[in-house]
Amino acid sequence: MQALLRAENLVKRYPRKPPPGSPENLVALDGVSFAIVQGTTLAIVGESGSGKSTLAFCLACLERPTSGSIWFGDIDIAKLTGEDLRQVRPRIQLIFQDPANSLNPRWSVSEILSEPMILQGRTNRDEITRRSHMLLERVGLSCELEERSPSELSGGQRQRLAIARALALEPEVLILDEALSALDCSVQAQIANLLMELQSSLGMTYLFITHDLGMAAHLADEIAVMNRGQIAEQGPTDKILNLPRHETTRRLLAAVPGLPRGTPPGLEQ
Amino acid sequence: MEALRGVSFDLKPGEILGVLGESGSGKSALASALPRLLPWNGKITKGAIRFEGKDILQASPKELQGIRGKRISLIFQEPSVALHPTMRAGEQVRQVLAAHEPWGKNAMRERTRQVLSTVFPEEVERISESYPHELSGGQRQRVLIAQAIACGPSLVIADEPTASLDPTAQMEIIEVFRTLREKRGLAIILITHNPALLAGLADRVLVLYCGSIVELGPAATVIASPRHPYTKALFGSIPAIFEENVSNRKKKLAAIPGDSMSASLPLTGCPFEPRCPERMQKCRKHEPQLMELAEAHAVSCFLFEGQSKRS
Repeated sequence: MQALLRAENLVKRYPRKPPPGSPENLVALDGVSFAIVQGTTLAIVGESGSGKSTLAFCLACLERPTSGSIWFGDIDIAKLTGEDLRQVRPRIQLIFQDPANSLNPRWSVSEILSEPMILQGRTNRDEITRRSHMLLERVGLSCELEERSPSELSGGQRQRLAIARALALEPEVLILDEALSALDCSVQAQIANLLMELQSSLGMTYLFITHDLGMAAHLADEIAVMNRGQIAEQGPTDKILNLPRHETTRRLLAAVPGLPRGTPPGLEQ
Repeated sequence: MEALRGVSFDLKPGEILGVLGESGSGKSALASALPRLLPWNGKITKGAIRFEGKDILQASPKELQGIRGKRISLIFQEPSVALHPTMRAGEQVRQVLAAHEPWGKNAMRERTRQVLSTVFPEEVERISESYPHELSGGQRQRVLIAQAIACGPSLVIADEPTASLDPTAQMEIIEVFRTLREKRGLAIILITHNPALLAGLADRVLVLYCGSIVELGPAATVIASPRHPYTKALFGSIPAIFEENVSNRKKKLAAIPGDSMSASLPLTGCPFEPRCPERMQKCRKHEPQLMELAEAHAVSCFLFEGQSKRS
């Protein structure tokens, strides 16, 4: 199958003031390659500092890799500048861990939602309002919340709003950087359900960055395990979980606290 | 707003009590109420807190000073905020000792090293000389634990101590708690929203929902066979890593509809009623009391009325 997004040998180095005896550069990404098929989910798991977030920033064109290519369709977005870059940015959107910090606290829900549309060049007020309402409905929020500010929303509602804002630009890829980690367990399940529903109805492609292996196991078609800026191993979810080959994967799996499973009650109407 | 509504429990020396609750459940209010460290607008209007024979609510400021940090310590969620950014780790532990113990310089230094080495079996010297930014999240959290146990308290209250850590670091912290209980007989109240964390560590689990205890019982029983609809739903909403049935992957998770924002709460009746899959007519009007089902396992839900041992 054709890959929608393909990274080739990505390297990202950050210069740093060298403490005596250590190398001059911090190598955050050290030759990362992978591909995501359209409409599927690739989970990136790994310990803190393994390079997961740097990867997210590079893919969202917020950081430029030191070397390597990021193929989005047939464009290498790692090399784009100026207007070409502006054209491609809306197609890959990023959702962060803590919606409380990624939404402007002084703006209302409708202002937050219309900003990306205005930046994109849509100016017709009625159209923006209509689209905002559609987006709110799409992510399961009531249009009555329109005038509220983010602080008047619950954590789950805020993350729904962040997703709606990302969808405003009709992206093809959503990069979810620990997008569920700050939420309560019961709300995580709600948002995970929303993401799965959007994937099947819109054919959305996800890069799901997490250290929650349970959620990765549930949502991802493939899992890539990162360690020290490299991909330690990558493959179909069940293969990685049941036959982990790399030491990092085994360590991550061993660290998952066990929860015996009962039969989940059928809850959501 | 009532953050806690009639919460009663006891804790034995050396016992680990897991407090499970989501945002708005009152778990953090509980953590700061026990050593009377509530913010200015927080008042304990009713009840009593008895600790080592003293009533904490009646204690004088002087007595409180001898309890906080010395007999009861708190460990907070965000180690990067709780530590002083420009002070070496060892010095931060030493200052806790200096605040409580009238010891000399050498005794203080020796004790600091000793405390740090209980949480860092290796590399004590390097950690002690490091600034917080030079440490990993897990290491910073262990420095906080070292501060908490420096004066040899009998109770440590840890509020989401692993929330910002990756799984490997999480497990390390859990191991540290386990060792502290075994070696020092420390009692621990571990507050978390993650039930998996409590499995295999806690002796008992207390489940809070909107300021009330909904379930309290032996950890093994509560985790393996939860009885309250909220506890059941909470556990059911967490995806399994090793799903027996592979076709369950990418299927809808059993999420609990709605959220627990107290603004939307009914003023009467069971607080979980609006989200409960097993709600009954009377749940809307009456609030259930905690009733004991089996040995030390109590649930507050009308489903179990008549099954109570004592009713």
